[in-house]
Amino acid sequence: MDLGIILSTLDATLRLSTPLLLACLAGLYSERAGVFDIGLEGKMLASAFAAAAVAAVTANVWLGLLAGVAVSITTASLQGAAAITLRGNQLIAGVAINMLAAGLTTFLGIQWFGQGGRTPQLTTDGRFQNITLPFANELSGVPVIGQIYSELISGHNILVYVAFLAVPITWWVLYRTRFGLRLRAVGENPKAVDTAGISVTKLRYQAVLITGLLCGLAGAFFSIAQGSGFGNNMTAGKGFIALAALIFAKWKPVPAMFTCLLFGFLDALQIRLQGAEIFGIDVPVQAIQALPYLLTVILLAGFIGKAVGPKAGGVAYTKER
Amino acid sequence: MTDPVQNGDNLQQRPQGAVASSAAASDLAIELIGINKRFGAVHANKDIDLKVRRGTVHGIVGENGAGKSTLMSILYGFYTADSGEIRVGGTPHAITDSRHALALGIGMVHQHFMLVDNFSILENVVLGAEDSAMLGPSLDRARKELTRLEKEYNLEVDPDAIIEDVSVGTQQRVEILKALYRGADVLILDEPTGVLTPAEADDLFRVLRVLRDQGKTIILITHKLREIMAITDYVSVMRQGAMVDTLKTSETNPEQLAELMVGRRVLLRVHKTPARPGDTFLSVENLVVKDDLGVTRVKDVSFTVRAGEIVGIAGVAGNGQSELLESISGMRDQSSGTVRLKGTPLSLEGDDGAHRARKAGLAHVPEDRQRMGLITGFEEWENAMLGYEDDPAYGKGVILDIPAAQAQARERIKKFDIRPANERLKTALFSGGNQQKIVLAREMERNPDVLIVGQPTRGVDIGAIEFIHNQIIKMRDAGKAILVVSVELDEIRSLADRILVMFDGHIVGEADPATATERELGLMMAGVTDKKAPPAREAAEGKMP
Repeated sequence: MDLGIILSTLDATLRLSTPLLLACLAGLYSERAGVFDIGLEGKMLASAFAAAAVAAVTANVWLGLLAGVAVSITTASLQGAAAITLRGNQLIAGVAINMLAAGLTTFLGIQWFGQGGRTPQLTTDGRFQNITLPFANELSGVPVIGQIYSELISGHNILVYVAFLAVPITWWVLYRTRFGLRLRAVGENPKAVDTAGISVTKLRYQAVLITGLLCGLAGAFFSIAQGSGFGNNMTAGKGFIALAALIFAKWKPVPAMFTCLLFGFLDALQIRLQGAEIFGIDVPVQAIQALPYLLTVILLAGFIGKAVGPKAGGVAYTKER
Repeated sequence: MTDPVQNGDNLQQRPQGAVASSAAASDLAIELIGINKRFGAVHANKDIDLKVRRGTVHGIVGENGAGKSTLMSILYGFYTADSGEIRVGGTPHAITDSRHALALGIGMVHQHFMLVDNFSILENVVLGAEDSAMLGPSLDRARKELTRLEKEYNLEVDPDAIIEDVSVGTQQRVEILKALYRGADVLILDEPTGVLTPAEADDLFRVLRVLRDQGKTIILITHKLREIMAITDYVSVMRQGAMVDTLKTSETNPEQLAELMVGRRVLLRVHKTPARPGDTFLSVENLVVKDDLGVTRVKDVSFTVRAGEIVGIAGVAGNGQSELLESISGMRDQSSGTVRLKGTPLSLEGDDGAHRARKAGLAHVPEDRQRMGLITGFEEWENAMLGYEDDPAYGKGVILDIPAAQAQARERIKKFDIRPANERLKTALFSGGNQQKIVLAREMERNPDVLIVGQPTRGVDIGAIEFIHNQIIKMRDAGKAILVVSVELDEIRSLADRILVMFDGHIVGEADPATATERELGLMMAGVTDKKAPPAREAAEGKMP
């Protein structure tokens, strides 16, 4: 296999892991604070729709992004209200968000645009364009290193860079700031946080809002960066794969990145392998497309064994009488 | 002897020790005046007055539900009093929350530690008391401050150790350090020794003395009179929400305190006649048991219990007693060895081992009644037949005869003086002592040949302790074989006819409670056995208390 094919597969890997990574980090914030979030998928879907709809109407990608993030944050606050203030069951709150998003995006899509739930095709101004990093063209002639720089590192849209930048930032926030210390504490033992005089509710809301922000970015990536418009259920379960990656990475940011890259790589491989013959057998497209999902099952069932999440995760905090 | 119904404010009339020479207001670290607190129909604190002198250890004793914890929670800002005044250092304050209390220099060490298990000690100390949004400077300052506090108060810890890796005693030190780091002058400790081994408790007392000598004020909530006598300067007694008396510790004694707590005379030492052991009912031969992690915790243990005797197993918690109990009662599989009941080997393996053991006539009161003995969400009558629900007395076939079960529960409530006397009440709403009575009633009323009791009076009120001990002795006198495991050495000494000491999975010695001193037993419990105590079966003669 020559370098070109490898680089283009890896290039696709970066692109395909981006939404996973954003969603995974999104989940990390809220789960580290003790709020389980299986509503990542729903928030992404809502954001993807809002971003595409606004970008289509205004032909402005930034307004689209803003709309996506705003809708995702709103959805997250709704989920937060159910799970934190009203002390509802966190799993059910997440499921509700997923169902709401799936139904509402289709319904509004049909109502507003009349294209079977799709939003109109976006123009160039309505989508994030790929960015050519400085000297990428000049260096493309340099063997290996130059090629890696110009073909693999350069030439992605801004959300890809944001996603990978979010990894060290998350690490830093988590382990080097007061907020991070409290966030980790509230997911492990909210009582300790409460007796230290810090509001458990406020901390958890802050975490959930960050989750909303990152899910918003992930959702927008689908419709206004990778794609050029919203299609029904376009997130295709990526929110759940991100959740699996989060568990596999034991709720840590750097392992989360590598896990998402692994899933992204499988996805890239899957695209490349479509229609290919393996050992002289025509493998059905569907079987290859199932690879990332299959891996999710295998990883979760077999390899992680004892993944112990934040101890207070999934339980609403009630101050004792 | 002092009149038991004097009031709290006679503190000033009492002779002062070296700690305080005058009774001026500024000598009082804390003063509570006329504190009232109601929770619905429950009047938890009735017009409480309390004066705590600066630089003293002030004990607060009372049975569970006497209102000690409520009072301290009011002081620490968890609850606000319905009426009354709190003075800190002579100035009145309305303490609204924990933060406010901390700012006034009041720190609390909770009964259940408020620590984050996967954080380092340093991170736990800093949590909530950070200087800025960046963590680095806070951690650096805390590290320096910890070094200083460690030196000043002899509280060594490794700041980088992770909480879940350190001992319970160390975790408690961290809680104390947390309070000191936040500038606490008054330290409230809520039942601090409940989770500690005797050695750790001694160490805690050493630390508390150092703190007091450095001018800190310590309020110690406990129900253990021994601790009150050992460490406090003053002691306040609460009963049913009211402050009964405040005494100088050097001028009182455990009997008087017990009487004040319960409101009637209490026998602290069990009254019993010498044992008349008969046939061997329970024999354990070469028992080996592993814990969940596969570590061997019971190592080749053999002993017998005869009819009409109480054998007590003493030892520091975690030396294999729990696994021994669980194995004999059929809850945990044994690796090898035999357990015989009246000579017949018991088959205890598998999930239904405990069921078969009970059928064979071996009843078990587990160590942890809330986790193993009861389902606290059930009503009392349901727990009263738990494990025996297939008995024909409770119905035929799949149908439960609920009226019959409830009638029987009512009978037992009367017989065992379980309060409140309501079989339809959720078990969680009973106090620790009454929960224990529910379990004891269930197991004893089956009239088993062998009764195994783990920690008979852990978390049980002093009045109920007397009752429970008497019930156990009554069973012995009825010719049953009884095995008691307790980490409370006093309990073992007063209850048992024969003491076996367990250390590191072995029975390291046998002692006669009438002659063995606490020191001898303590050494055995620590694994020091250069001189084997002689077998003491017949020596049980002539030991009237």
